[in-house]
Amino acid sequence: MLTYRKAATASLLFPPAGIPAMYHSLEAGRLAREGDVEGARTAGGKARDWSWYAVGVGLTVYVIAFLLFILFNNHGAVRVVFFGWSILTNGKAWHSMLKGFWINIQVFFITEIIVLVWALVVAIVRLLPGKACRPIRMLATLYVDIFRGIPAILVVYLVGLGFLQAKVPLVGDLSDNQYVILALSLTYGAYVSEVYRAGIESVHWSQVAAARSLGLSYTQSLRHVVVPQAVRRVIPPLLNDFIGLQKDTAIISVIGVLDVVNRARFINNAKGTLAAYSMAALLFLAVTIPFTRWLEWLQKRSQNRMQGGH
Amino acid sequence: MAFLEIRDVHKRFGPAHILRGISLDVELHQVVCLIGASGSGKSTLLRCINALEVIDGGVINLDGDRCSGQGIDVDALRQEIGIVFQSFNLFPHMTVLDNITLAPRKVLRLPAAEAEDRAMQLLTRIGLAEKAKDYPDRLSGGQQQRVAIVRALAMEPRLMLLDEITSALDPELVAEVLNIVRDLARDGMTMMLATHEMHFAKEVSSKVCFLHEGVILEEGPPEQIFGDPTEERTQAFLKRIIDAGRL
Ligand SMILES: Nc1ncnc2c1ncn2[C@@H]1O[C@H](COP(=O)(O)OP(=O)(O)O)[C@@H](O)[C@H]1O
Ligand SMILES: [Mg+2]
Repeated sequence: MLTYRKAATASLLFPPAGIPAMYHSLEAGRLAREGDVEGARTAGGKARDWSWYAVGVGLTVYVIAFLLFILFNNHGAVRVVFFGWSILTNGKAWHSMLKGFWINIQVFFITEIIVLVWALVVAIVRLLPGKACRPIRMLATLYVDIFRGIPAILVVYLVGLGFLQAKVPLVGDLSDNQYVILALSLTYGAYVSEVYRAGIESVHWSQVAAARSLGLSYTQSLRHVVVPQAVRRVIPPLLNDFIGLQKDTAIISVIGVLDVVNRARFINNAKGTLAAYSMAALLFLAVTIPFTRWLEWLQKRSQNRMQGGH
Repeated sequence: MAFLEIRDVHKRFGPAHILRGISLDVELHQVVCLIGASGSGKSTLLRCINALEVIDGGVINLDGDRCSGQGIDVDALRQEIGIVFQSFNLFPHMTVLDNITLAPRKVLRLPAAEAEDRAMQLLTRIGLAEKAKDYPDRLSGGQQQRVAIVRALAMEPRLMLLDEITSALDPELVAEVLNIVRDLARDGMTMMLATHEMHFAKEVSSKVCFLHEGVILEEGPPEQIFGDPTEERTQAFLKRIIDAGRL
């Protein structure tokens, strides 16, 4: 009997759930022999449930046990290196780290707002119709190709250090933070414009036909009909890109901004452990996880408000 | 000079020659029905009239003004011509009311209050006033199509194009939509409709055109087209319709 074999495997995998699985599957067999079909089915169902518990709970227990083993192996070396209490409980260290992290947060928020607008502009330019707009379409395409193709860290170096050295007009005299915002906006603007473009193109052409047939111009159709639908659709991929951006703010440390990463490095140099990096990691998690959940919630809400459509 | 003049219109999609010399006059207050097999070019013709498609030859004049080809203001033209599609094409992210008031507000620049008043009057007339704040996905197909008609009417067009507006509807919802069209016809709206509802075409139309492979093979008053078609192909088409139990 199939449940019997599964239950036996479950018992081997994780006895606390596997043994009840075994019991119910034996019970199912007995009831089946006695002709109690319904009872056998119920018992079989219970056996299956317990077998799944053996997998779901059992594997979790083993993974956690393995992690604990790593953590406390070798007299807790891993724990000491990554989670040194003397630093994790040091108020001054936290204070310094938070001050650094605040810079990351600021850079993130300002960049995100710039990117949201700038990327939409680029996406719309790339979708401008007609021959007349061809040169500017190509320019936008070139921009996207270039900045999607260069690693963000190189853009930060080139923009952050180069613009200052070369005294580039308009942007030759900005603060480090502003350069970083500029660099990340250029890089992420290219990514996000592609997200927008996919979203805009996913709005069915019949929506444009309907808008144009009412006398709305191309721009008005985009503005009132296509873009609002596209934006709702691109929230999930945007979410991914912005979590990426949030983390990539750590790149600003390479041009010497006193952000959370550089502060962690100072603390580690002084104390000789990596715990400050763990603190930085925890700070990032404290933002990215709620941020993800919040955006998921937003997305659900807008889905509830607008179902269907094509 | 007819209100809408279509002269020798050609339309190609790549190598496919879809409209092959269509000529047709529509007088003010006339209702002209286009019938013909699927793929004969009914939708394409309607889309050419309000410049959703660019024609490759011929001219189209609306009230004496050329409305096809280079250099025409399509946005201005489309304010005069309303079109309703088979698939409703309501804007899913807007309420019914916003669907209707969008163009009056943005194109005609009516104040929001005035546009809403007008929309509510139209909605009341079709019995959907209480749906004004709903999103389209909460409405039945018939209700959505009625809203789509009202959305086009809100621009106060002088010509309405209806492209198989009941073809996507469950049979029991067809009547509620056709009733509106019937009212419009009675009020003197100039209309061109592509339809498979032959009973309805017979009832409302001033003229019926049978399209076949991109040409108008036969046109005439409904009594003649449905009662005594001269062309063999028209006879064959109508026979298929009758066999399908639709006439
Ligand atoms: N955008 C298009 N591109 C290519 N072919 C098209 C396009 N639109 C319509 N056609 C073709 O034109 C022909 C007529 O289509 P249509 O006007 O929709 O016919 P009807 O409305 O009478 O069913 C069909 O063969 C269809 O495949
Ligand atoms: Mg059609």
